[in-house]
Amino acid sequence: MLEQKIIIFVSFGYMGLLFAIAFWGDKRAQAGKSIISNPYIYALSLAVYCTAWTFYGSVGAASRSGITGFLNIYLGPTLMMILGWPVLRKIIRISKVNRITSIADFIASRYGKSATIAGVVTIIAVLGIVPYMSVQIKAISTSFQLISQYPDVYMAKTTVVSLPATKDTAFFVAMLLALFAVIFGTRHLETTERHEGLVAAIAFESGVKLIAIISVGLFITYGLYSGFGDLFARASLVPQIKQLFVMEVNASTFTGWYNALFLAMVAIFLLPRQFQMIVVENVDENHLKKAVWLFPLYLLAINIFVIPIAFGGMLHFFEQCLSDPGCREILPETFDGILKFEKGQIDADYFALTLLMAEKQQGLALFAFIGGMSAATGMVIVETIALSTMVCNDLVMPVLLRLSFLRLEQKSDLTRLLLIIRRVSILLIVLLGYLYFHYVVGYYSLVSIGMISFAAVAQFCPAVIGGIFWKGATRSGALWGLVAGFFTWAYTLVLPSLAQAGFLSRDLLVRGPLGIELLSPLHLFGLDIHLLGFDQYTHAVFWSIFVNLALFIGVSLFSKQNETEQKQATLFVDVFTHSVESEKSSFWRATAAVVDLRTLLERFLGKSRTDDALEYYAREHHLNWEKDLIADAGLVSYAEKMLAGAIGSASALVMVRSVVEEEPLGMDEIMHILDESQQMIIYSRELEKATKDLEAANERLQELDRLKNEFISTVTHELRTPLTSVRALAEIVQKNPDLDAKKHHQFVGIIIKESERLSRLINDVLDFQKIESGQIQWQMTRLDFREVIEDSIFSTGQLIKEKNIDLILDISNQNYFVSGDKDRLIQVMVNLISNAVKFCDSEYGKIQVGMHIETIKTDNNVNHYLKVLVKDNGIGIGKDDQEIVFQEFRQVISGTKGRPAGTGIGLTITKHIIDSHGGRIWVDSDLDKGATFFFTLPLL
Amino acid sequence: MKKKILIVDDEPNIIVPLEFLMKQNNYDVRTAQTGEKAMDLISSWKPDLILLDIMLPGMDGYEVCQKIRQEKKFNQTRIVFLSAMARSIDIAKGMGLAADDYITKPFATDYVVSKIKELLAENE
Repeated sequence: MLEQKIIIFVSFGYMGLLFAIAFWGDKRAQAGKSIISNPYIYALSLAVYCTAWTFYGSVGAASRSGITGFLNIYLGPTLMMILGWPVLRKIIRISKVNRITSIADFIASRYGKSATIAGVVTIIAVLGIVPYMSVQIKAISTSFQLISQYPDVYMAKTTVVSLPATKDTAFFVAMLLALFAVIFGTRHLETTERHEGLVAAIAFESGVKLIAIISVGLFITYGLYSGFGDLFARASLVPQIKQLFVMEVNASTFTGWYNALFLAMVAIFLLPRQFQMIVVENVDENHLKKAVWLFPLYLLAINIFVIPIAFGGMLHFFEQCLSDPGCREILPETFDGILKFEKGQIDADYFALTLLMAEKQQGLALFAFIGGMSAATGMVIVETIALSTMVCNDLVMPVLLRLSFLRLEQKSDLTRLLLIIRRVSILLIVLLGYLYFHYVVGYYSLVSIGMISFAAVAQFCPAVIGGIFWKGATRSGALWGLVAGFFTWAYTLVLPSLAQAGFLSRDLLVRGPLGIELLSPLHLFGLDIHLLGFDQYTHAVFWSIFVNLALFIGVSLFSKQNETEQKQATLFVDVFTHSVESEKSSFWRATAAVVDLRTLLERFLGKSRTDDALEYYAREHHLNWEKDLIADAGLVSYAEKMLAGAIGSASALVMVRSVVEEEPLGMDEIMHILDESQQMIIYSRELEKATKDLEAANERLQELDRLKNEFISTVTHELRTPLTSVRALAEIVQKNPDLDAKKHHQFVGIIIKESERLSRLINDVLDFQKIESGQIQWQMTRLDFREVIEDSIFSTGQLIKEKNIDLILDISNQNYFVSGDKDRLIQVMVNLISNAVKFCDSEYGKIQVGMHIETIKTDNNVNHYLKVLVKDNGIGIGKDDQEIVFQEFRQVISGTKGRPAGTGIGLTITKHIIDSHGGRIWVDSDLDKGATFFFTLPLL
Repeated sequence: MKKKILIVDDEPNIIVPLEFLMKQNNYDVRTAQTGEKAMDLISSWKPDLILLDIMLPGMDGYEVCQKIRQEKKFNQTRIVFLSAMARSIDIAKGMGLAADDYITKPFATDYVVSKIKELLAENE
């Protein structure tokens, strides 16, 4: 007889030992002598993957379906570690760089530190893990009941549902587990959510459960039988066992097998506790290198005796069954895991315990119980710690921080609050697990319940894997994928399990909701699961992952990332190129007062931790707080990361933003932020543009060169023309002294006029040269523009009269005062008028000069302008050429009248003068309908 | 009979001295300020020699020259370009159109007169 007292004493003693190890581990860590900083401890801590499901459930699964029943759950992680380690290494690196605290934090951080995503992931994780948690509670309470009735191996047929919680062992087990988790996980708040002591304890318990199951296996194989050969030979004589020797491959086992393999592959890093152990608690990235083969080795070791234990159990209890008339009669041809005796039933899941009890191996049975308990508690502790961190950081705190009436903003120390939230969430999560166990689990084996959880966390797969390799993955895509995948999961897996438990009508499973068979949770959209060989899990995983992936990719392709998302996408996908400089990265340019940041950190980390952290930063960066009162981007992002370690990146971002003034991003920073592919596109576009610009510049240069040559030839031509008159006439006058007075007068008059033209031309060229080099000296005075017009008409009067042109003046008697250089403005008017004269209709020339005030209203200003116009009735200027006329050296060559006289710089000079007076000049014209030049000047 | 000389130039102040010189040398002179007007006069009046500017509004001097040279009845007509365009390519282009000479502006009056005399004497 094994007294219950002894069992409880040993159990608590074992827990005490674990606690001592954790305590010691923390002490060593504080002393800087980490005991977990080696790959062996790391690999052992990953074995938290092996829970009661492994310890008990594998044997049950092996008894039901042989090696195919359990091996894939361990092959998956093995494959992931061996083949998928680059993925794990990338996740670890990303998490270290970004101080990721959980899987929710990881996914949220990737998608722009989205609080929504963090919350959704947390909810999925909590709800998804609940069944898994219940498995552990079931295992511990069942094994406790079994061992406390030692040596009686039969279990009462009564189901737990009928028991009130207070009389249910499982309830106390659950509460004790929660208590342990609280003690282990939330003694103090870490800045990085790393728990050295915990890791040490978990590594220890991994060792214990491995030794326990190997001991049981060795006893059965070599104690009860004489080795593997003997055991297998005997087993092959029993038909129900013999059929397990053959791996029956049909559509169902095939797809089911791959489905489980897939789920196990992703579960190894997506389960919150696995993420915690592999990623968050990782001390050194290099430890992964050894863990890659050590952990699979562990999995192999823990599974070696699964088949012998299963066969041993079956051999023993089948024999018993055959001697029990009631049992013999109902013993099926294919073993379904439960043997029903008169005295009660035997569940194959607990063969490791019951066989030892049946063989009166008291001590070994107790050791096996401790091993199983160890596996279950390890899982519950790590899982609840990971989940409570997520619930606290990503679900509760974001909400509390937004509830202004709580005035959390003003509380100076929130560390206690954080701890309380975590403790309460641990209790609630375990309680949820208990409730699920209490009402649902009774109907399922350990393995099948575990699969529900695996399928839930598999929903993170697209967002995580897509997120670290595909920069185009967007927040919306991830969110839609997660939510849709989760609902499909709940609909196809959880709903049926609730229906099985009687919470919902079973009709729902067969006929679908409202009788719509297409929506039946067991064969959605009429997918004939039997035809494809899909079992319920494969069916659920197929649809949920399909929907998840489709929306993740689809929505990502059609949605845009915001700046933070782009930045995070780059940080994640290009972690190996960016991580080196990430501390200094100034993607987010911001400044804040050091004192504000300090207060913020103190609220969440406590004073001493904050002081340490800031001192460390100051030392590293050679800063003096007294002097440097403004925190730069580096310190701000450091503070954000410190805070992210405590409250998750989404909340940290919100908190830091509250004290920080963000600076607008400069062009160069934006260039940084844009992810690489976009950057490549932009670069190539820029390059293309630069090339085009260069080509354009080159063309412009060539054009300028051509124009300059043309200009020179035009100028010389223009110089030669008056010179020709002057020289020819001068020669004539010289050689013909007897020239009559009238001709003499005419010739000399032309000579003078052409000389004037020459000087004008030279002045224009010089003016232009001044404009080009910006050397014009403006003589600004207050002047009445009427004078300008009068003066310019006076100096062009002769020209107008000669050409017999009608000049119409449209000017009121009002004064129009502007500030300007009078000579230059006269030059403008003379230019415009002589142009008009030049292009006027040769027979009935008509020029109109007008001036009036124009009012321009903008949003908040009313401006008065002087608007002057010079209108001719000449050939006009085509629309295309209206810009050109103001460009240097450009003359519009008309089809009928050819190249106009002049250098083609008059209007360029004119435009420059008007521009310099704050005015605007343009031309309105239609071909053959004359041209009107307008310009404006600001009125005084 | 007086030889007929057509002066084509858009600058009146260049026509003035040329007209004076030609009349002084006893030629029959007419003037045109555009290419089109020149073509009309060439067809109707049939000058012996044309003093032809190149930069004209509308039809330019090159074009005028080209048109004249295309017609056989004008193959005795002397064409002298008188242009301010002094680049060698401009000159080459003008001579390429089978002009008799190309004189750049500004010119020496004596040279123009002697050149005209020379060209018209060849026709005798």
